[in-house]
This record gives sequence, C-alpha cells and structure tokens, in this order.
Amino acid sequence: MGSADTLQAFRRDGRIVIVGASLAGLRAAEALREEGFTGSLTMIGDELGEPYDRPPLSKQVLTGWVPAGNTTLPRRRDIDAQWLLGVPADGLDLATNHVHLADGRDVPFDRVLISTGVRARPWFVEAEAALDGVFVVRTREHAESLQRAMAAGPSRVLIIGAGFTGSEIASICRERDIPVTVAELAPAPLVGALGAMIGGVAADMQRAHGVDLRCGVKVTKLEGDAQGHFRRAHFSDGTTIDADVAVVALGGIRNTEWLRGSGLAAGPWGIACDTGCRALDLNGLITDDIFVAGDVARCPNPIYEYRLISLEHWVNAVEQAKVAAHNMLSAQADRWPHLSIPTFWSIQFGVNIKSVGVPTFADEVVVTQGSVPDHRFVAAYGYQGRVTAAVSFNNAKWLDHYRQLIETAAPFPPPCPTPDEPADAKPVPVDFPSPKLLAQGATVVVTGHDPGERRVTAAWQHHQ
Amino acid sequence: MTTTHTPDTLHRILDHSSRADPYPLYAELRKTPVALQEDGSYVISTYRELTGILHDPHLSSDVRHLSRPMPAAEAHTTPSFINLDPPEHDRLRRLAMRHFGPPHTPGLVTGMEPDLTAVVNGLIDDFAGKERIDIVDDFAYPFPVTVICHLLGVPREDEPRFHVWVNAIVDSLDYNPKTDPKEKLDNGMQARNDLTQYLGGLLEQRHGRPGDDLLARMANDDGPEGRMTDDEIVSTANLLLIAGHETTVNLITNGMLTLLRHPQILQRLRDEPDLIVPLVEELLRYEPPVHIIPWRAAYSDISIADTVIPKGSQIMLMLASGSRDPARFHDPDRFNPDRQDNQHLGFGSGIHLCFGGPMARLETQTALTALVRRLERPTLVTDPPPYRPSPILRGPIHLHIKQS
Repeated sequence: MGSADTLQAFRRDGRIVIVGASLAGLRAAEALREEGFTGSLTMIGDELGEPYDRPPLSKQVLTGWVPAGNTTLPRRRDIDAQWLLGVPADGLDLATNHVHLADGRDVPFDRVLISTGVRARPWFVEAEAALDGVFVVRTREHAESLQRAMAAGPSRVLIIGAGFTGSEIASICRERDIPVTVAELAPAPLVGALGAMIGGVAADMQRAHGVDLRCGVKVTKLEGDAQGHFRRAHFSDGTTIDADVAVVALGGIRNTEWLRGSGLAAGPWGIACDTGCRALDLNGLITDDIFVAGDVARCPNPIYEYRLISLEHWVNAVEQAKVAAHNMLSAQADRWPHLSIPTFWSIQFGVNIKSVGVPTFADEVVVTQGSVPDHRFVAAYGYQGRVTAAVSFNNAKWLDHYRQLIETAAPFPPPCPTPDEPADAKPVPVDFPSPKLLAQGATVVVTGHDPGERRVTAAWQHHQ
Repeated sequence: MTTTHTPDTLHRILDHSSRADPYPLYAELRKTPVALQEDGSYVISTYRELTGILHDPHLSSDVRHLSRPMPAAEAHTTPSFINLDPPEHDRLRRLAMRHFGPPHTPGLVTGMEPDLTAVVNGLIDDFAGKERIDIVDDFAYPFPVTVICHLLGVPREDEPRFHVWVNAIVDSLDYNPKTDPKEKLDNGMQARNDLTQYLGGLLEQRHGRPGDDLLARMANDDGPEGRMTDDEIVSTANLLLIAGHETTVNLITNGMLTLLRHPQILQRLRDEPDLIVPLVEELLRYEPPVHIIPWRAAYSDISIADTVIPKGSQIMLMLASGSRDPARFHDPDRFNPDRQDNQHLGFGSGIHLCFGGPMARLETQTALTALVRRLERPTLVTDPPPYRPSPILRGPIHLHIKQS
C-alpha cells in the first residue's frame, strides 16, 4: 500500500486521541471533522463538563454579569467524539501508541494531539494556600468561588501578581467599589509582558482608579485567623495589610508532568514542536504522529529567530489547533506551517489593551500614535532596528498595519510621521526584567559516543 | 514594478455607460494593484493592498493634506468625522457613537426592529393593486429615509426639501474639473450650505429640550468628554442623514436585483428565512452600495506593494474591486450566500469602518425578507435597470418589477 493509500485509510478509519479538552482541543476536533476525518475521535479531559471559554473568567464572570456556567464554548459543528472527562492522562507510550489514564485505563491511538494547557500556579506555602479566602483563577469553579467571595463584600482584596489576570481582577474590584491592594515584585504592572514604559502607564491607570499598588515587594506570608480564614498578608518590606480575600495571580504551570518518561521534549516551558505542530522528542527529532497545540506548545517562530515560543493566548490556541488538525490529516507536501503573528487583548480600567507580535522580543519601544496621558495610543517595539511588536491602548484598529510592519521586517523606529504622532516620540529602552527563568538548570544531558547511541536523556532521569 | 499608466480603465469605470457592470473593468484594473494615473493620483484595486492601506496610519482622510487642492465642497463647512484624522476623528466619532450603540446605548439598533418591520410592511401594503412597482421609488428610497429621519429627529415631511440637496451633494462627490461643468460643483456646495443651515435650524430647537432623537441627545447630553459644538453636531447630522439613506437605498435595490437574477436563491430565502444574514453579507461583497473611496491623501510617503506613493498624493480606493479579487475570494463573481470566509470591504475597514453598518444590515435584512415573503412571483421588467450617475455610490435609479 502506498503512503497516499495509507493516509486515505487513516482519514477514513484512523484513531485520533486529543488529550486536553479545552479551547485548542475542541477547535482541533471540529477542524478534523471539517476536513473530512471519519475515524474515531476521543477527547480526554481532567475537568468534568463541556469545554468552556477562559477570557471571561477574569472579566465578565467576576463582575457577576455572566454566570461562570454560561461560558461554555460554542460548538461550530458536531464532532461525534467519545468523551473521557474528569480523568487526567498520566502517561504517553510512544512504543505502543497508548495514552494512559490516571484511573488505569489505556487508550490506543494512531495519532494524538496534546493540548493539556496550563494550570494556575498555586501559592507556594500549601497551608497558606488552603486558607479560606485564598483564590487562584484558572477554571470555571475558581471564578465562581471568587465571584461569590467578591459579592459578599470583602473589606479588602489582595492581589498577588500584576500581570494581565491580576490587573484585570484589580480593575473589577474597583468597578465593584471593593478596596484592593496589588502586590507586584517587578517595578510596575505588566512589565514582564510589555516592558517598563507601558508598565508605567499601567501603574498610573491603577493608581488613578484607587488601587493600592505596591511594586518591588514580595508577599512573604498569608496569615489566617483561628477559623482558618485569610486575614492578613506580610510583605518583604516589613509592612502588613489586612484583607479577607487574596487572589494568587502568579501565572501558570504547563501541564507536562504526565509526559515524563515519554521521550518527548516536554518540560516546564512546554512541549517543543515544529511550526507544523509536530512534537519534538528529547533529541530534537520530529515525531510524526504526536501533535501539540495551545498553551502547552512551544513552537519555533521564524520571524523571531526561530526561537521556541509558548504563548498563553486565545487566538494562538485556535490557530495552532487548526494547523495541527490539518497536518494530522495531510501528506508531507500539503502540511501548513503555523506562522501567524501572535495577538492578544485585555480589558482593564475601561481601557482596551491589544497587542500584536512578541513585545518581549525587543530592545526599544516608541509611541507612534496618539497620546499616552489620554491612554489612547499605539507603541511600536523594535529589536536591532526592525519592528517586532506593537501594543495599543484604546486604539486597536491600527494593529493590522503593525502586523504588516512585523511581517515585512520594517525599520524601527517607523520613519514617517502620521497625523496623530506625538510631538516628542523618541524610542526608549524597553527594559524587561532580567530573564532569570531562562538561566534555570539544564533539562537534558547527552549520553553515548557513537552516532547510533548518541542521544539525550532528561536531566531529572540522569540525576536519579 | 507595479506602477504603470492605465488611464483608460479608470475613465471607463467612471463613465456612465459602464455603470451597469463595472466588474470586468475592475478585473482589468487589478492587473496593476497600485496604478499611477496621469494626474498624479493612485488607484488601488486589489484586496491585499486595499486592506493594507485602510489600516495605514499614513493615509489621511483630510483633503487639506492633498498637495493638489481638491475642489471639495467640504472646504467651506466644518468637516464631519469621515473627513478628519485622529485624534479629532476619534473624538467626534466617539461622541456620536455614545448615542448610537454600545457601550453607552446598547440595543438601539436591535430595538428598532419592530419599527423597521412596520415601515416595511406599510410600504408593501401600498403595492396592492399595482401591476408595476418601482422598487426604488416605492420602497428602497422611502424606507431608509423614514428610518433616518426618525432616528435623527428630522421631520419626515421635509424630505422633498432635503432630497434635492442630497442629490446635488452626491452628484458633486465625483466632480472632475476636466469633464464636468463647474455648475455641478457649485450646486453641490450650495446644497451643502442649505442642508447645513436647515439642520442648524433643527438643532436650535433642541437646545435645552432633551429628547430621544440623536439631534436632541447630541445637543443636551454631556459625557466625560463634554459636548459637541453646534458646528460639530450639524456636520455629524449632515453625514448621518446623507450616509444613512443614500447607501441603504442602493444596498436594498442591489439586493432585490440580485435575487431576481438568482431565482433559486430567492426561493431558498422564502424557505429558509435565516439565510438572510449571510445573504446580506454576500450582497455587501458582491453588489456593495459604496464602490469607491475617491479621495484619500498620503500624509507621508506610503509604501505599498513595492510602490512608494509620495506625500500629498491623491489615493482612490476601489473597494468593490477588492471584494471581487480572485486572489482573496474563491469564485468571486458568483453570488454565494453560503460563502464561509467573507471578510468583504462593503463597509470599508479600519478606523473609518462604516458607522451605520449595524443599522444598514438590519434595514436590508428586514427589507429583503419582507419583499421576498410578500411579493407574488416578481419578475424584472428591464435588465439591466437604468443606473444613477454616481460611480461612487452605485445603484439603479429605478428598478421596475411586475407581479403575477
């Protein structure tokens, strides 16, 4: 049988398993059926219930405007899948092509798509994390309980971490007239994602809306009362605040632990793959039947020097799912690369923030349009003289133009004036916090000496 | 090199004899995506280049940035936001939007649905006993006029007065000093002054008298950014009155014409009323009411498709050509309401994206649904029908149909 026949047979009768039944998993399943896959489709998810949308969880759900239960993702078509919900996968066997489930079951596959995403990073002291009134926000249940706690009228909410989720929640506290303290280790909110200049704007916005913003400090201890309810937080500068709700918004942990021992290049940064969403194994070899999509994928981007980049963005999940699904059903020559320029949005303090490109891939930033004091502007990011990203505050309709500048490696700073160019537009250093994370220990070590046995193994295996 | 001299194609498009079917000429134009004209202006006709330039912050909507002054009627009045750039454009559009849609006035457009249906059915009731109906005069014109008058707070019975002015203004939009008598421009300018004066009079009555119509709201409502000046309100009302019906009349008429030319789709619409939503989107791609954005200006040198358009140049955007570009749309000359990927340019794109788009959609959906449901086996009397002069706002001047 030729490979074309094999592919035809696979499209007709093959077995596809999708591990991770959220946005990327659902959209991939829909795309597989859309492209004519008629074989068996199995969806594995650790949460009970249908796939739901996460962006509203830190926005409309917390205002009480949309009940958490109403965030179910719309179905774009029937996917005729077998759903194995409420049980996580805990292993992947590439030798026999099986996914192991935590309840002991084994699910066989011909091709598998991994879209296990990210979970909330919990507070680092378990006993403190368990206090009543200490929350994270990642799942529908999380958002529901936090919304209830906010509706009960807390005297003060403490938010630990001023990234996008923390800032959005702070905004909602102010909208609901709840006193709020935000603690951020960096010098300003959003600095890790957008740099110091935009961070300064975000800090102004928070303070103008009455947020008690404390930057450059660490929360060292969450203190509870005799009933086990959170009451007070201690900071690294020796101060304390009293509050009855704490929201831990310290980002996420990629769900890759279940792949330990699978031989895939999976670790705390995600699962490495090629632009076709095919997973790489530990040696950097491309696997043929293992695909990755969504928050957990680490995909090279040619525009950003082929660096492997993982993105926790809604649009990225949708686009990767589509590319992965297409490639799962396609012959080599028909495969698509995932080359789209990342975009994301946030809404906080009445301002619509939108970005295109990878702002962290930059050394300079310049306001190209609008007015920073009015919180209506576009800022372009540049790396070594070319445009690599742009961020808009209440000015999103221009971003298509900046996407084009990124795609065409246009010069930075953009040279020509626009009608609404600020008079004093000068590039400034982008100033991201030092990437300490990248300096963490090695993940693999090389073994063997001749080409046949020269391989890498995971560092954790080596140290055992 | 994408720049060549192709004066003939554009002039043939502008010529009235091409009005019934300009699409083969658009195809010819698209061979040169960015075409330099003899007079130094540039014509953009391909989808990719059009969307690029519609989002380009170096493109100005303010004719004062043209190096060769336009004989524009706008010069003598306060420009409305359609002819301004940020930040002024953004401010005025925001102030007007406060009263027209979300987040401050959500549900305005959807709330109009019962009234729209009533107006539409009233007009169709009047068809009774008529053997011949002019879809334009008997329906597609009076309907949006009634709606926009009600919305703005302009007395419906004044229609005969402003109809003359609006016609003269639309007529002057495509004024060409080489071929047109100066009278056409003068009429347009005079009409603009008359309309401005008329709307100013209506506004004066609104001061201190809050009400539901847009004029009253703009005159009395203070948002966080303050209030519009009287001149700004009048120029906004001017824009909304003209754009609020001169385009919809063509969209509805083009829609009926297209359905009559595709009887199977007309029948499908009778059987599946939900088809109306994607059908109107396809109509906006296939037979849009706005064909050309005639004069945008290069604020700086604009680089597009390897061509540099020098600062101050006039740029003509052939929107209807972009929506029929085979490089973007599969089988673009086929009217296919089932089309999935339909990011047409019917309402433009970017910061000037049609302000009234949601209302135009609802009006056209309501109008076509009712016509299809209530007309008895309608047929076209003449195909193609006679067209209005404008190549910019293109549509039949009459559309006679018979029922059996």
